[in-house]
Amino acid sequence: MSPEMVNIAYLIASVLFIFGLKGLTHPRTAVRGNFLGALGMLLAVVVTLIQGNLSFTLIFAGILVGSAIGVLLATKIEMTAMPQLVAVFNGFGGAASVLVAGAELSNTFSEPGLQTAVAIVLSGLIGAVTFWGSMVAFGKLQGIKMVPDQPVRYPGEQIVKVLLLLGSLALGAVVIGDYTAVSSYWWLVLAASVLGVLLVIAIGGADMPVVVALLNSYSGLAAAATGFVLSNSVLIVAGSLVGASGLILTNIMCKAMNRSLANVLFGGFGAVQTTSSADDVYGGKVKSTSPDELAMLLDGASRVVIVPGYGMAVAQAQHAVRDLYNILEANGITVEFAIHPVAGRMPGHMNVLLAEADIPYDKLIEMDAINPTMQQVDIAIVLGANDVVNPLARTDPESPIAGMPIIDVDKARTVIVIKRSLSPGFAGIPNPLFAAENALMLFGDGKKMMQESVTALKEG
Amino acid sequence: MDFVSALTVFVLAIFVGFEIITKVPPTLHTPLMSGSNAISGISLVGAVLSAGGALAAGDTAFSILGMQLSLANILGFVAVVFATLNVVGGFLVTHRMLGMFKRKD
Repeated sequence: MSPEMVNIAYLIASVLFIFGLKGLTHPRTAVRGNFLGALGMLLAVVVTLIQGNLSFTLIFAGILVGSAIGVLLATKIEMTAMPQLVAVFNGFGGAASVLVAGAELSNTFSEPGLQTAVAIVLSGLIGAVTFWGSMVAFGKLQGIKMVPDQPVRYPGEQIVKVLLLLGSLALGAVVIGDYTAVSSYWWLVLAASVLGVLLVIAIGGADMPVVVALLNSYSGLAAAATGFVLSNSVLIVAGSLVGASGLILTNIMCKAMNRSLANVLFGGFGAVQTTSSADDVYGGKVKSTSPDELAMLLDGASRVVIVPGYGMAVAQAQHAVRDLYNILEANGITVEFAIHPVAGRMPGHMNVLLAEADIPYDKLIEMDAINPTMQQVDIAIVLGANDVVNPLARTDPESPIAGMPIIDVDKARTVIVIKRSLSPGFAGIPNPLFAAENALMLFGDGKKMMQESVTALKEG
Repeated sequence: MDFVSALTVFVLAIFVGFEIITKVPPTLHTPLMSGSNAISGISLVGAVLSAGGALAAGDTAFSILGMQLSLANILGFVAVVFATLNVVGGFLVTHRMLGMFKRKD
């Protein structure tokens, strides 16, 4: 194939990627969009293979091994493990960029242009941060003991990170100045790897949606940098599309917590003194209830809103929630789900779990759409969520979650909070909602409480 | 492709990305992430070129399983495995997830 034909094929592949992403803007067209994306990838790879002068043995062996692992992971894994799977796939994309840039450098025998040299350094830097950051995110999400869910903090941590970044850049400058300094490239990759680990290990579990979205963006930028190394248009286009997509998601997640990206990455909760102790907030004012009483209340309701949080995922309660949804809808009660953007451990986590449980997607309502109607809700059920329904965000400017948009469940006529105990959420502050006039606590495991309520509804 | 053309493509593609992605509803944020993630496995194209490239004049050759390979070939091979894992796994798991999104009827 002539270089022109190859580039035209790459152009078609790029267009397919754009249509693919466009398809993902609606649930009806999303399956086709994903298919178009895969088609673009197939086209780009096939064209690369047949452009000549390549020996296929290693390539096909690699594709075979990679496909086998990919198929196995993608088909066997539980839906509840989706956040960590996305993190793993993401990491391997970053690692591939590191290796391609390294291969290109070790195969360079004459002075490369400045563009190529800089791009090689950037591929190595961003790719290594992506891979190791994703691996740590995987460890946190999977609950591996070595990688604690809590933020790991130590004195001088920001200085250590700045030094690592400066060290990486200095090694990068060496590579740019002298293309034969291949070992400097691998030292750079090592420094960036340590940086990737330290960046993510300092971030707590509940901030993972931001981290996962940001690493997604990095993997795209790493691919785009590799595109600059190879002067390859399809890599640049695909990489920058993904980079943009990840940045937008990151931004949405940060806004949903009213925090800056810098605060999520380097600040975090824990430094702020809470203004009131748990005893002041809860003392004698918390009322508890039972599944039977919840069933009775639900019998008299006409509009119910369920607010799921990470606790629903932990308790694997989504199927029990579906049973409750079905029985209520059968009794003519309107049931909706209010989804906070950062509920769960990745963007859209709750939506995927509820979709798995066969809840129709048009029943999942965004926070901004449901809040104005909260006063007309008879019963709001909070299932494993805490900080995202804490009214302190509106009322206490000193609180660490001040200004964070929340779902206004406290405005519903009755609020039922299903939770194991009164323990605080990720932000580490008490929640006055639990002691509110119109709130009842249903203490227990989310799944068990849902099942018992369903049984009580059937008997009543 | 010279640097300015490459940069032009990069900047314009970022704008296209912003325009499209801002229209993705929150319900589809996870599939968007895993689908776009699969697309970022496009480094597979670069990996294929490294893995299958011929030995150059200055290369040190390693003899593995009867094949004469350069360091670039070996790095490329590992990159092909990683990138394929990313691409195949990513598109497949996105497909699986999207199959679950249903309307009420």
